[in-house]
Amino acid sequence: MKKQINIPPTAVPVIDEVDERVSRFSMSRRLLSRPDLGAFAGVVLVFLFFGITASGTGMFASDGVLTWLTVTAQLMIIGTGAALLMVGGEFDLSVGSMIGFTGMMIAIPTTYFHVPIGLSVIMAFVVAMGIGALNGYIIVRTRLPSFIVTLASLFMLRGLTIALSIVFTNRTIVSGLKEYSDDSIVSWLFSAELFPGFFQWLAENDIIQSLPNGAPSVSGIPMLIVWAVVIAVIGHIVLMKTQVGNWIFASGGDANAARNVGVPVSAVKISLFMTTAFCATVYSACQVFEFGSAAADRGLLKEFEAIIAAVIGGCLLTGGYGSVIGACLGALIFGVVQMGILFTGAPNDWFQVFLGAMLLGAVIFNSSIRKRVTGEH
Amino acid sequence: MTMSIEITQEPPTHEDGEARLLIEVHDLVKHFGPVVALAGVSLDIQSSEVHCLLGDNGAGKSTLIKMLSGVHIPTKGDFFVDGKPVNFTSPRDALDAGIATVFQDLAMVPLLSITRNFFMGREPTRKIGPFSFMDMDFANHVAREEMRKIGIDIRDPQQAVGTLSGGERQCVAIARAVHFGAKVLILDEPTSALGVAQTSMVLKYIHRVRAKGIGVIFITHNVRHAYAVGDRFTVLNRGRTLGTFSKQEITLEELQTKMAGDKELQDLSDELGGTV
Ligand SMILES: Nc1ncnc2c1ncn2[C@@H]1O[C@H](COP(=O)(O)OP(=O)(O)OP(=O)(O)O)[C@@H](O)[C@H]1O
Ligand SMILES: [Mg+2]
Repeated sequence: MKKQINIPPTAVPVIDEVDERVSRFSMSRRLLSRPDLGAFAGVVLVFLFFGITASGTGMFASDGVLTWLTVTAQLMIIGTGAALLMVGGEFDLSVGSMIGFTGMMIAIPTTYFHVPIGLSVIMAFVVAMGIGALNGYIIVRTRLPSFIVTLASLFMLRGLTIALSIVFTNRTIVSGLKEYSDDSIVSWLFSAELFPGFFQWLAENDIIQSLPNGAPSVSGIPMLIVWAVVIAVIGHIVLMKTQVGNWIFASGGDANAARNVGVPVSAVKISLFMTTAFCATVYSACQVFEFGSAAADRGLLKEFEAIIAAVIGGCLLTGGYGSVIGACLGALIFGVVQMGILFTGAPNDWFQVFLGAMLLGAVIFNSSIRKRVTGEH
Repeated sequence: MTMSIEITQEPPTHEDGEARLLIEVHDLVKHFGPVVALAGVSLDIQSSEVHCLLGDNGAGKSTLIKMLSGVHIPTKGDFFVDGKPVNFTSPRDALDAGIATVFQDLAMVPLLSITRNFFMGREPTRKIGPFSFMDMDFANHVAREEMRKIGIDIRDPQQAVGTLSGGERQCVAIARAVHFGAKVLILDEPTSALGVAQTSMVLKYIHRVRAKGIGVIFITHNVRHAYAVGDRFTVLNRGRTLGTFSKQEITLEELQTKMAGDKELQDLSDELGGTV
């Protein structure tokens, strides 16, 4: 029964020959396991479809492009937050209510209590992120599903927004913000249009269309789009290229395993809830400064749109897998289809049908990807 | 059991010749609500020693090492690292103190790549201006190297851990702990899913790590493996120690009997014709 293993004091044999099974893991396989692959295919399809059906409708003229880019940019902002949070293994259903709430937080103190507009905006961000942190804290402490906790916040925040608006202003729509915000830095930050001269020049040279009064049909790049791109780029880099990104993946993939190897899971999740709140506030600030008004029912159902964009973009509902690029492509699909249906003149109800079908398709596709990546059956 | 191992013990190559006390716990108690998982266990780990923890299922081995690695907070008891009292409140504290662990459930995220798992919580970073980024090239390189050293040539460090075999996964966890275990390495049944070649590789590995002056806590149900690499053996039974024995004090057979709660296994062995 006795054999011996002799232990060489130092060297451990190293296997040097190349594994003949390497070829199984080709580039195509790696490409196929990208989370955003499906969304990319979806974008191509959607553009092909509307490129044909909506070609004569002005959808691809400069002002038409701006309309669907605006929808896309709005959704990119909250979709990035939702995607990061979903990769981190949680949901935030309070995003839509947060949009309404922070809009009022900017409008009411300024128009009714003459708080400087900059201060109102800062307060809105601080309070929103505080509420996000509270959501996160409750979830990591109680280990309740985020679905239920943020559903509670959805109702509480919406109710609070309407109730407090009525208490302070006796109405649910607060307008007239423009006279306080003109020329302020925050107004520029959220509603300026960049490079007006360039667009003027484009119009004068007939590269883009002009309005009957001679002004260009698109007068500049709205800050909304700048915010969307900046948030998406930062979100993508953080997720894919940094230590925190690895923590987000780990926290969502298996919180217990992550905790056991020293990942600060609770801090990661709380920060992610603060991020979605931040994104919601950017969204509402852009809206408030564009319209010069806030309404208590703003942002209705936006939480679902954000989640849909993230899911179409390849995020798994179970966490630990997904991409910000995917969520942005999901937002683009959403924007193009929503506006494309308007341009083609089809009844708007078809958008909902399409959206539901798209969502179902994406979820089925994602779960097959998941099986491929994890080798589950 | 046809593979029996006897290691040609050579004296560990101490740097300074002296064995230092790395970890010491006194009367460690752990309750989970009404469940008493550990009812007062004392243990110490020295440098350059392999300390085997033995005992039946549910004896409390995993609970004990989870307290040493900061996962559970002891209900009662004293805990010293390098002679200083410590209070670990998270696994991070233990890792910072140089205690790395291969957990029984491995603590791996199946969806993530080998590299991302390998460096989970300890990501190498590289600064570009004021920003710090994860150094993926370096991480891939190290993960691959460390896996080669343990005898597994991974095809692609970007491969998701979920697609690895159970044994390969265990090897990733072991390689990870060895890479980060500066002072103490804890292995909770690291060879349970391994083939013969990988098992002997892990045992050699334990021996090699020990020679570097690291203290190793090795949990296994295989007494022969334990006896082959162990310097001391602590036997746990229902949350208490049945004692700690050095290799000089105890024979393989005695150890086996102790583990089995005396006699029973011997009887079983006779019944089954002496093959257990
Ligand atoms: N989180 C927990 N909550 C309640 N009871 C627990 C918990 N963890 C462990 N226990 C109990 O503590 C006892 C010791 O468990 P432990 O996992 O330490 O055993 P073990 O010696 O590692 O066994 P095995 O050899 O099967 O791995 C068991 O009875 C178990 O049911
Ligand atoms: Mg155990």
